[in-house]
Amino acid sequence: MRVMAQMAMVMNLDKCIGCHTCSVTCKQAWTNRTGVEYVWFNNVETRPGQGYPRTYEDQGRWQGGWRLTRRGRLTLRAGGRLKKLATIFSNPLLPNISDYYEPWTYDYERLLTAPTQRDTPVARPKSLLSGRDMKVQWSANWDDDLGGSPELTVNDPILKQVSEKVRLEFEKTFMFYLPRICEHCLNPSCAASCPSGAIYKRTEDGIVLVDQDRCRGWRMCVTGCPYKKVYFNHRTGKAEKCTFCYPRIEVGIPTVCAETCVGRLRYIGVVLYDADRVLDAASTPDDQDLYMAQRSVFLDPDDPGVRREAERAGIPPDWVEAAQRSPVWALISKYQVALPLHPEYRTMPMVWYIPPLSPMVDALRDSGHDAEDERALFGAIDALRIPVEYLAELFTAGDPRPVRDVLARLGGMRAYMRDVNLGAPRRPQIAEAVGLTEDEIEDMYRLLALAKYDERYVIPSAHGEMHDRAGELEELACSLDYESGPGMGGSGPFGEMSGGSQPVAVENFYALKQRQTSDVFVDPGNSRRRVNLLNWDGKGAAEDVMPPRAATDGDREEL
Amino acid sequence: MTTFLWVIVPYVSLAVFVGGHIWRYRYDKFGWTTRSSQLYESRLLRLGSPLFHFGILFVVLGHIGGLLIPESATDAVGISETFYHAVAVSLGAISGVMTLTGIAILIYRRRTTGPVFSATTKNDKFMYVLLVATLVAGLSNTVLGNLIGHPHDYRLSVAPYFRSIFYFRPAVDLMTQAGIGFQIHVTLAWILFAVWPFTRLVHFFSAPLGYLTRPYIVYRSREAAVARPVRRGWEPVTAPVAPQPRRRRAQR
Repeated sequence: MRVMAQMAMVMNLDKCIGCHTCSVTCKQAWTNRTGVEYVWFNNVETRPGQGYPRTYEDQGRWQGGWRLTRRGRLTLRAGGRLKKLATIFSNPLLPNISDYYEPWTYDYERLLTAPTQRDTPVARPKSLLSGRDMKVQWSANWDDDLGGSPELTVNDPILKQVSEKVRLEFEKTFMFYLPRICEHCLNPSCAASCPSGAIYKRTEDGIVLVDQDRCRGWRMCVTGCPYKKVYFNHRTGKAEKCTFCYPRIEVGIPTVCAETCVGRLRYIGVVLYDADRVLDAASTPDDQDLYMAQRSVFLDPDDPGVRREAERAGIPPDWVEAAQRSPVWALISKYQVALPLHPEYRTMPMVWYIPPLSPMVDALRDSGHDAEDERALFGAIDALRIPVEYLAELFTAGDPRPVRDVLARLGGMRAYMRDVNLGAPRRPQIAEAVGLTEDEIEDMYRLLALAKYDERYVIPSAHGEMHDRAGELEELACSLDYESGPGMGGSGPFGEMSGGSQPVAVENFYALKQRQTSDVFVDPGNSRRRVNLLNWDGKGAAEDVMPPRAATDGDREEL
Repeated sequence: MTTFLWVIVPYVSLAVFVGGHIWRYRYDKFGWTTRSSQLYESRLLRLGSPLFHFGILFVVLGHIGGLLIPESATDAVGISETFYHAVAVSLGAISGVMTLTGIAILIYRRRTTGPVFSATTKNDKFMYVLLVATLVAGLSNTVLGNLIGHPHDYRLSVAPYFRSIFYFRPAVDLMTQAGIGFQIHVTLAWILFAVWPFTRLVHFFSAPLGYLTRPYIVYRSREAAVARPVRRGWEPVTAPVAPQPRRRRAQR
């Protein structure tokens, strides 16, 4: 047994209202730069829908993730090491920018400078890649709220796997939102695909990161990731991906997406797992057994044997304690209501989802039934096979039983807690029917419905003092005092942002300072890199968006 | 002039080539990338890029063979000059044409695809001109020389001259004997080597051969990423030494 700790997340899809706040705040924090305009480390998809990038789940086409060879060995679906090197000059499986979308801004200046004319002037969309006029035809959530269906929705790769009849009924009955970030997999195929070895998994917390100094821009990681959550920065020529907001996590605060989630549907916590068993579990022959195989890799932090092994593996005591209080561990293994996204990709993803019960509830209510009654709910879960099948394609490689069990548990909790809230006598048989004790159902209810900040986010801080260089590493806390000083932003002689790298905190510090103290934005002389409102933080005048300040008389203080 | 062209230029170029790479690697690891533009356009790239890259790999191999292996060595193994010449010219012509076709497609793509063109730096343009000029000069030596009918045997002039550079006894007269075509090609090549470390050509040296042997999943400690050099004369704050042993607070 080799115990390792993993920062993991669970999202409760019942609560997602598709407001995209997570996406927008993530973008503000991480990808509001030139070169990653099209990149959303966090995005929210409407299901059924094509997703972002379009049809990324169609692994027949994109060849992401792992597969088993005939002899049962795990291998990259896109081909092994030799094939990777042979196709390095032109990766045939790389999505084109149009599979994401061509980023654009609007020519607002036209609105302000247009001469008097009969027709209202129009702010034309301009491509942020070429600077030319463009027709906006797609975006990260073009099919939001089933927009454009049924023409667009039929291309959903998951919907294609279910039968025709189901497909037609589906659009009438069922819709939910799926927020996605990098899965920070236990068996990351992006890291395995990287020819330079630049993508690594941190031993302390399992966060998967791209070493920007070692990345050489071979683009194989984009192909390797079946979730298409590694992106290519087209200005710097380097891969970038969700960082699980490691500078925040290290000091014990949740990721930006979780922090700002309006529905409070995200949970973050530590999960202990046995690193020695990951490969075996990922090589499970039957796709549908992968969900249970992955759960069998996780270790119970309440088990004294596991605690002993964790100590031996050098996991700090407060991390083990955090693992015991971890909401993620509870939702996955205690209450068993969270499921992995696409376990059949065999990457052992670590962002799990509680499938939505609301479609059933809505269907019951709309047809005049009592949507809180457990018999009606259990009946609906069995009768409404369509959503269950679809959810099973997402979360259990098509096996409807675990999905059904999860939904029954959520329905049972609803019915049980209604009695509690109404002061009616409790019915232990409901809890029994879904395989939980009454205490467990109440605890689960608390975690799902009431849990406060420190219950949803149990994040132990990183341990700097365990390293030799204690005291120097609190990047957030101190240290703009690093060698060779800041060469803030801009283009180096060898392309975007070349030159020595600087710590994240330093970069942020100078970026903010520059914005707050200057009136110019990114590169005002270059119309190809216009400001768009998404990356304008309200500081200074964005010249492409606003008219020049009118000359004021005298020395009036600017407000 | 001959000393300048055939002694000073080569040594300056080689010094800049080696020193430049060391400096660039230390100063600019972040800028060390292929800066691929495949995201913008991949139809033409799929054709041009492998053509160019595989072509130039063969060209490099050919140069290694032609410049570093002396004629006496091939003679000793029993490979006749005419046979060697035939093979070298045909393979060289094929790979040269591959390379030039490839780069022609790539440059056409670069010019005509809007996003690719706007991602092209001045540095890139300069490098492309130099690279294409060197390639054209090299290929025309191979092809034209044989069309005229009496090719110059570079293995008796350019090759020994090239090797003599590394013995630190540059055989300048060998180079002056070589045809003007060879002289142009060699001069361009020296300039190309000198600018090499400062262009995107550096990605040649990051050919990821280590991928064949490393384990699939890379684990790294957070410590490695966080540690950075301590400034000279700056001591990290450490707790003062306690006068007497204190009971350590029990860890939670």
